[in-house]
Amino acid sequence: MKKAESKTKLIIIGNGMVGHHLLEQLAAHKQVDYFDVTIFCAEPRTAYDRVHLSDYFAGSTAEDLAMGSARQYRQWGFELLVDERVIEIDRANKTVTAQSGIVKNYDQLVLATGSYPFVPQIPGNQHKKCFVYRTLEDLDAIRSAAANAKRGVVLGGGLLGLEAANALKILGLDTHIVEFASGLMPIQLDAGGSALLKQKIEALGVDVHIGTVTELIEEVNGRLRMQFRDGSELITDMIVFSTGIRPRDELAASAGLQLGKRGGIVIDQNCRTSDSDIFAIGECALFKQRIFGLVAPGFSMARTAVAQLTDEQTFFSGADLSTKLKLLGVQVGSIGDAHGHTENSAAITFIDEQAGVYKRMITDAEGKQLLGAVLVGDTDNYDTLLQYHLNAIVLPEHPEQLILPTADNAATAPGTPDLPATATVCSCHNVSKGQILDTIAKGCHSLEEIKDITKAGTGCGGCAPLLKNIVDDAFTTLGMEVNNHLCAHFPFSRQQLFQIIQVERIKTFPELLQKRGRGYGCEICKPAVASILASLWNEHILEQPHVGLQDTNDTFMANMQKNGSYSVVPRIPAGEITPQKLIVIGRVAKRYNLYTKITGGQRIDLFGARLEQLPEIWRALIDAGFETGHAYGKSLRTVKSCVGNTWCRFGVQDSVSMALLMENRYKGLRSPHKIKMAVSGCTRECAEAQSKDVGVIATDNGWNMFVCGNGGMRPRHADLFATDLDNKTLIRYIDRFLMFYVRTADKLQRTSRWLENFDGGLDNLREIIIEDKLKICKELEAQMARVIDTYQCEWKATINDSEKLKRFRQFINSDKTDDRIVFMNERGQPRPAQVEEIVGVVEPI
Amino acid sequence: MAHTLLKSSQTHSFDLIHSLWQPICQRSDLISDSGVCALWEHTPTQKKRKTCTLSRKSIALFFLPSQAQQLYAIDNWDPIAQAGVVARGILAELDGEFTIASPLYKHHFRLTDGLCMENSNIQLSTYPLTFIGDTVFIDSNSI
Repeated sequence: MKKAESKTKLIIIGNGMVGHHLLEQLAAHKQVDYFDVTIFCAEPRTAYDRVHLSDYFAGSTAEDLAMGSARQYRQWGFELLVDERVIEIDRANKTVTAQSGIVKNYDQLVLATGSYPFVPQIPGNQHKKCFVYRTLEDLDAIRSAAANAKRGVVLGGGLLGLEAANALKILGLDTHIVEFASGLMPIQLDAGGSALLKQKIEALGVDVHIGTVTELIEEVNGRLRMQFRDGSELITDMIVFSTGIRPRDELAASAGLQLGKRGGIVIDQNCRTSDSDIFAIGECALFKQRIFGLVAPGFSMARTAVAQLTDEQTFFSGADLSTKLKLLGVQVGSIGDAHGHTENSAAITFIDEQAGVYKRMITDAEGKQLLGAVLVGDTDNYDTLLQYHLNAIVLPEHPEQLILPTADNAATAPGTPDLPATATVCSCHNVSKGQILDTIAKGCHSLEEIKDITKAGTGCGGCAPLLKNIVDDAFTTLGMEVNNHLCAHFPFSRQQLFQIIQVERIKTFPELLQKRGRGYGCEICKPAVASILASLWNEHILEQPHVGLQDTNDTFMANMQKNGSYSVVPRIPAGEITPQKLIVIGRVAKRYNLYTKITGGQRIDLFGARLEQLPEIWRALIDAGFETGHAYGKSLRTVKSCVGNTWCRFGVQDSVSMALLMENRYKGLRSPHKIKMAVSGCTRECAEAQSKDVGVIATDNGWNMFVCGNGGMRPRHADLFATDLDNKTLIRYIDRFLMFYVRTADKLQRTSRWLENFDGGLDNLREIIIEDKLKICKELEAQMARVIDTYQCEWKATINDSEKLKRFRQFINSDKTDDRIVFMNERGQPRPAQVEEIVGVVEPI
Repeated sequence: MAHTLLKSSQTHSFDLIHSLWQPICQRSDLISDSGVCALWEHTPTQKKRKTCTLSRKSIALFFLPSQAQQLYAIDNWDPIAQAGVVARGILAELDGEFTIASPLYKHHFRLTDGLCMENSNIQLSTYPLTFIGDTVFIDSNSI
C-alpha cells in the first residue's frame, strides 16, 4: 500500500473514451488520493462519445457527446493539459515531453493514444474532398463539404463505413458505398447475411458497390472521378474513407517499447507493456496479436490497469467481439465465429425472404455448443444466443428453436444450473453469476433489489431473461416461492389481471374474485383492481361496488395526514392561476383554518381539513370553478411548465398552452402509480421535464419527448424518446405511451422502474409506440379516448350526491367532531399538535 | 329474539356478568365491505360499571355482508399511528383471517380480537355487535 505523503506520479497520455474510463474508475477508487494524476490530451477537447458520433448529424451537439470535462477532472483533483501532444517519452529518466516544451516526471505511465483511420494507398487520396470519419473536427469538415455536394461515396463497407453512409444520408446526399470485399461487413457477417444487408440498405436508397477495387481518384470538372479496377467509374462530390484503423503507436515506438509486427503496443494480461512502469490500453494496445477496436474491451483494459495501479488482481484475458447494432435502420448481430471457420462446425439457417430476416447459428459437430451466429433484420434472439456462446452453455435438444419464430415471440433463455459462477451475466456492468448468487445469499430476495445492488440488467437489458432465470433458480433452491402474483387472492400479475378484466369485460371486484380469485381480497389487490377497473371503465370510484376497494385517500378524495386530518389540492392546470382564483383559495383556507403550502408541482396544498369539512370546502372551490387535483390518486398529478415564449425571451414554443392541453387531456387517468409531467419552452429546461414520467422540451421545430424520468428517492434522468414532434404526433405518442404503461406495469411501479424492467428496453418501447410493432396502437388510442370522454370531476359528482356524501361523516351517529385532532399555531398558520401537546388536554377516544 | 342475543353474547367470553345491548346506528349507516366510525357515549342513565373508565369512545364498525360473521366493532384509535383512523382502512383477508389494514402505516388488526398482526404486543379492543332488525346493537358492557 502506498502512503499518501509519497504520491505516485501517474501520467495518462490520451483522453479518448478509454482514457476517460480509466480516470472515472480511478476517481471512484478509494486509493485515488495516493496518486498525482496528469492527463495529456492532444485533441482540442476532452473525451467524447465516439460510438455515437453519427448522432452529431442527427441533432446531438458536441456537449451532448462530451464524456469528460475540465471541470470534472479538476473536481477529481487531476491536472488536465488540453491540446498538448506528447512528443517524447524518456524511459531512463522517467519523463514525458510535450510539444509546448512541458516536461513532466512519472512513476507510472498509461498510454491511451487510440488509433487513427487507415487510408489505403490510392492515387488522389489526399484530395481536399477526401475525408476520414473519426473526430468531431472530421465531421465538421464533412458537414461543410456536404453543403455544396450532391453525391457522397463512402469507401469501405464495414461497420464504421455504414455509420458514415448513414451520416451522408442524413446530410441529404445521394449516398454510395464502395467495398473492396465481396460483401458488406465482411468481418462480422457471412455471405447470406451480408447479401440481405446489402438488399436492405439498397432499399433505403443507398447504392452499394461490392467487390469493387478503387485504383484512382482524380478531379474532373470540379468533381471527383473514381476509377475502378473493372474499368467502370463513379463521379462524386466527396469521398469518406472508412477502411479500418491503425494503432497510434509512434510514441511507444520511439520510446523503444515492443510493438507487434503490424503495429500495436504489445501488452500482457496486466495491460503492462515491455516496460513494466508503462501501461497501454484501448485501440493502441496489442494483446495476443490482436487489436480490439471496440469500446467494451477498451473499458475492460482500463479497469485492469486501475486494478494493477492499486495493487489489485484483475486480468485482461481478451474480449469477445460479438456485436449487435442498428445500421441505417437495419438490425444486425454477429456472434463469435460468424463464418463457421471452426473445423467440423455445422450451421442452422433460417431465412424469411418476405420479412427480410436472416438468422444463422454455427454449432459444433454434435450441435451442443454455439460457436457463432449471424442475425440480419431481426436481432431479438441476440442476447440469448450470446449467453449460450459466452458461457459455453449446452444447447437445447432442438437448437433450431433458438432462431425459429415462436408463437409468443419469446426466445428460450438458457437454463442456469450448468452455468459456472464466473460466467458474466451482465456485460454492461461486468456482473458475474457468482456476484448475483452472493447478493441473494446476503439476504436480497427480490429481482428488483438484486438489480439495484449489482446493477445487473440495468445497462442494455439484454441479459434480463438470463438474470431472471438465475434468480428464479436460486430462489427455488432456497425453497422460496417465486411469483409475480398480485397477492394471495389472485394468482396473476397485474398485467395479466388487466388483460383478464379487459377481455372478459369484468366490471366489479366481487365478479373478478369469483371468476379468477380466491378468498376475500386485501389491501394490495383491492386498490390495484380498483385502479384497473377505473383505467378501463372509468366509473366513479365511490360507486357502491368500488367504494370498499379504495385506499383511504381515494375514498375521501383527499390526502390523509399524520393526525387523521386531510389535505386538499385543487387542480391548477400547468400552474397557471388567475388572481380571482388565488383569492378564492385564500378565502377558503382562511375560513376553514387551513395550512397552505405551494407544492413542487406548481399548485397549492391546503392542510388540516377534517373529514366532515371536505364536502363544504369542495363546494366552495367548485363554485369558483376549481376541479379536483387527484393528488390523492394513482393518476396524473400535474403538468409543470415554464412561461414559454409568451413571456420568456429564450422560449421557442408556448409551453404553457401545451402543458394545459396535456393536463386537461390526461387528468383523471387512473394508472399503476402516480404520473408527473412537465413542459419546458426551450432547452434551458426550467420546468425540469427530464425528471418526469413524460417530459416535453420545445425545439425550434416542435417538441422533444422524454420518458420515464423520476425524482424522489431513486432519481432517474428521462430518456429521449422522439424528437421534433408536431403537436398532434406528440399527443398521439403520449396517448399510446401512457396507455401501454397502464396496461403493462406492475402494481405501484413508476414508469422509470417499469422501463428498466421492460424487455428490450427503450428501443423496444420505441418500436411498439412509434412503429406500432405489436399492432396495438389503435386500440391504445381508442382506450385513451374513452377515458378522456368519460372524465368527470369526482368531487363535483360527489357534492351533488347525498348517498356519496354520507361517507363524509366523522361519526355516523353523532354530529360531534374528532376532538383528538388538535392544531397549534406556528408562523401564523395551524399545524398538527404533537402527542405531548395533547396528553392531558383531551382524553383518548 | 332475546334468545339469539344471548347466544351472540355467549360467543364472546368477557368477565362481565351480562351483556347490555344498546343501539348504535342503523343498517343503512353501514357501508358494505368497508368501515364507518361511531361514537359511543356514556349517558348518565346507564348504571356505573367497573369496566367503564371512559365517558366516550370512537368505534370502527365493519360490515361484511357476504361472510358468515357480518359485523365487527373495534377501536377506531390506531395506537401506532396515534390517530383515530382505523375505520378508514381497507378490509383485508390474510390466510383466512379478517383484518383491517389501518390507513396511515398499514398495520393489520385482526377483527376477531384486535391483535396487531405485525406486533403482538399491541391489541385493540373489540366489541360484540349485532343486528336486531335494521338496527345495529353494541354490547356496551364490554366497552
